[in-house]
Amino acid sequence: METILFLSPTEAGLPLLINALEALATAKQLANSLGTSFSIGLWGADPKTAANGIASCGAEKIFVVTGEEFAHPLYATDSAAAAALCRAAGATIVMGPAGSRWNRILAGVAHRLGGRADSHVTGLSVSEGTPAIARWYYRQRMEGILSRAQRPWLLAVESGIAPAWQGAPGTAAVEAVPCILSGVRSKVSGIESPEADQQTIRPDAELLFVTGAGWTKKQPDGQVKITEAETRILDFLRLSRASLGSTKSLVDLHGDGQAILPFLTHMNQVGQTGSTPRHPKGLATCCHGEEPHTVGWRFIGERRAISLDPNCGWARGKADVLYVADAFAVMEKVNGLLAQKAGV
Amino acid sequence: MPDYQIVVCGSVVPDPLQTLEPVSGPTGPALKNEMMLPAWLDPWAGHALYEAAHLASHNPGSKVWLVALGPKAKLQQVMMTLAQKAPFELIALDGSASGFTDATETAGAIAEAIQAIPGIDRTRLLVFGGWESASRGAGATMQIVGELLGITDQFQGVDGVGIGVDGSLRILERIEGGRHQVSICEAPPVVLGWATGDLPEPRNNPQVGMANMRTIMPALQKAKPTKVGAEGVKFLSVSLPKQARDTKIVKDLTPDQIAAEIVEWIANK
Repeated sequence: METILFLSPTEAGLPLLINALEALATAKQLANSLGTSFSIGLWGADPKTAANGIASCGAEKIFVVTGEEFAHPLYATDSAAAAALCRAAGATIVMGPAGSRWNRILAGVAHRLGGRADSHVTGLSVSEGTPAIARWYYRQRMEGILSRAQRPWLLAVESGIAPAWQGAPGTAAVEAVPCILSGVRSKVSGIESPEADQQTIRPDAELLFVTGAGWTKKQPDGQVKITEAETRILDFLRLSRASLGSTKSLVDLHGDGQAILPFLTHMNQVGQTGSTPRHPKGLATCCHGEEPHTVGWRFIGERRAISLDPNCGWARGKADVLYVADAFAVMEKVNGLLAQKAGV
Repeated sequence: MPDYQIVVCGSVVPDPLQTLEPVSGPTGPALKNEMMLPAWLDPWAGHALYEAAHLASHNPGSKVWLVALGPKAKLQQVMMTLAQKAPFELIALDGSASGFTDATETAGAIAEAIQAIPGIDRTRLLVFGGWESASRGAGATMQIVGELLGITDQFQGVDGVGIGVDGSLRILERIEGGRHQVSICEAPPVVLGWATGDLPEPRNNPQVGMANMRTIMPALQKAKPTKVGAEGVKFLSVSLPKQARDTKIVKDLTPDQIAAEIVEWIANK
């Protein structure tokens, strides 16, 4: 009989985020499929609000590790808290929301507990009483479905694979778990983020706007129009509130020290060595990547592309609609219409 | 100025522009014609190596090792190019670099190799690697290596490291929303799983290549046979995604018409 634990860090005074609620729903579904119950483990400076927010989810127990020392995401403190919670629950399968905080400690905690870990889990199933997961290999180019004999089995569940758990908040009965720290030599000193008006990565945006190296190439009049490209792209992001993605070739130009689109960094890159963002819609412009570099598209719902090349790897067979057109001209018009709608 | 012992963990992966196809091998899934595929250094491990070389060059007395687990022939092929990029001493482990092996077994072999480096000094030790591989993509190996070495100051998705006047390390880690978390670690040892950092790939330097090759070839010759697999893992299937969409190609609309369609599409929930 499996013992399932949903495990998540918390922010003091805040309910769980949607990706955690999705992982909770996945854990609950797995418990149902296996005909067993599930418990919850939460840690942070004050997990009370988070626990109360999911009080009615049907968990058998809610374990918490509480303390100011667990407020910030650090390997040393987070791994100690997570390991203590797993031990307290006697968990054989532990599921948490994929994200920088859980992914940072997942495998280390599994090792400490004598178990195994799998990240980037995109599906869960049960066959003849045995749970199996789906995850990607070789940078999203092939999907494997696997089960493991070792326990505990720690999983990082990707967002978007299940609807978030919804239910009424309440007053959770929590069981405090002691966690003694020693030898912590690191501390979080802050967060560096771009100015609000320069923030181009918006994980919650409805639309992913992907820019390709075509924006930096010579245009039909033989001129390179970097300034115009910058204006078109930034205007669109401001008006649409889209998140900005980039092809590898475009951010690599930046890394080579060439003066191009200064707001693009490797963090914008989608694809093989970049991120695989999840947005309901995606619009690719001036992208000319070969097939392997387009894997960043895989988790985008509706996809459209603007390209002068009808055989572009980002478009044919990958997008729902391909507009064979000059993105400079189209995006100027798009921005005009969006500005008109916004009354600016 | 601190002199570091920087150990970079990195393996080889197939050139990402190659077509990859899964097949069933005697020990589980494998890639079709795996040994024929051209290989290169795992991209994030490459960034880790370049950052290590950069840090070492600014801290005299520092030294960089590259611990690489992969088929000896593939390692040799990749080292021919890599040797010209940055000074390092290779520690080669002759074993599978397949994405279908388990991170625990890989990490065990790497940690053992690090512990066997003569004169390794934990008070100067920085363990670098990619935050994920381009094969397994689990982000697990570096964490387990750290645990096996007893290092609980670990940072993943690292894009930068700076050295304070007191010898502390200021580390930038990627977090959600295009932001970085800034952490201060008092001193080595640390484990840093690198994302892309901010250094371009170094240009080839034949002099560095010649110096490296004096130690690379002997290291390859004495590469320790290393068995890594995926004990306890049962693959039910490995398949290529069926991803082709029926793309509607629109060639005959003006920019105004296309813009109107796109704006309407964006607005539709």
